[in-house]
Amino acid sequence: MRGFLVLRVVAKLLIPFMLLFALYVQFHGDFGPGGGFQAGVIGAASVVFYALIFGLPAARRLVPDAAVETMVGLGALLYAGVGLAGIALGGNYLDYFVLGADPVSGQHRGIFWVEAGVAITVSGVMLKIFYMFAGRGRNLDSE
Amino acid sequence: MAAVAGAIAAQRNLFSVVVLAGIYSFLMATVLVGLDAPDVAMTEASVGAGISTVLLLGALHLCGGEEAKPVARPWLPLAIALVIVGALVYGTLGLPAFSDPGAPIHVHVVPRYLSEALKETGVPNVVTAVLASYRGYDTLGETVVVFTAGAGVIALLRRARRRGGDAEEEAAGR
Repeated sequence: MRGFLVLRVVAKLLIPFMLLFALYVQFHGDFGPGGGFQAGVIGAASVVFYALIFGLPAARRLVPDAAVETMVGLGALLYAGVGLAGIALGGNYLDYFVLGADPVSGQHRGIFWVEAGVAITVSGVMLKIFYMFAGRGRNLDSE
Repeated sequence: MAAVAGAIAAQRNLFSVVVLAGIYSFLMATVLVGLDAPDVAMTEASVGAGISTVLLLGALHLCGGEEAKPVARPWLPLAIALVIVGALVYGTLGLPAFSDPGAPIHVHVVPRYLSEALKETGVPNVVTAVLASYRGYDTLGETVVVFTAGAGVIALLRRARRRGGDAEEEAAGR
């Protein structure tokens, strides 16, 4: 699909905004709709979009397999790590109140890191599944 | 939505089925926005209509676009499905009316979440507060489920690829 000028230009215009929107959904999830899961999916969708227009090898160069696989595990570990941090600071598992100077800021910090963990795992898994499926077809790579 | 669902069932061309399923997801997202659930609607639109459509098209690319003819008339599964539909509809008759404020689910912990969430967590979006803080264990479980799904796909498809390569080598050897 590399020959289609319109698609390439539109993709180059849209992908930065998609990534920005993913970050907006991630960090604005406290106030508006959205959160880690949605942000992770939107972020993964922008890379999938890139892969559809510019080909899978280009996307694999951009976001290599090793990075994606690391993300899959890192997010879940980050989430569990927030829980362990709560224990280390004298609370219960996944107890956010002890993470900050006062309970409310502790909650903020806990929710922030937990949502970050969700986003990392979700986008990693979505991308990995897409890579796995798309990598099995031979024609998709040569397009 | 019922029309789209009927079209999905009747359609034999899998490509149109995938596109119709994407349309169904978008309609579902619209319904969820109508029900004041933008968080879920966003998930439905991005996962149901976005990623899964791409994944299904990728799968279609691998296995061809026509649905196989069923070997037998599926009367028994149809009967079982109808019985289950009847039982579920009968079950919904016993539920409290839609958006009834006195329903059991709305009088247990929901008032506390709605009134205390902003004070206790400082997060205006109650959905995020419940998801990440009050129900932190559940969300941790969900994240682990997603992680397990990814690990399962990696394990299955990696091995399948190697096995497929072996089969091709065997075929070439013969």
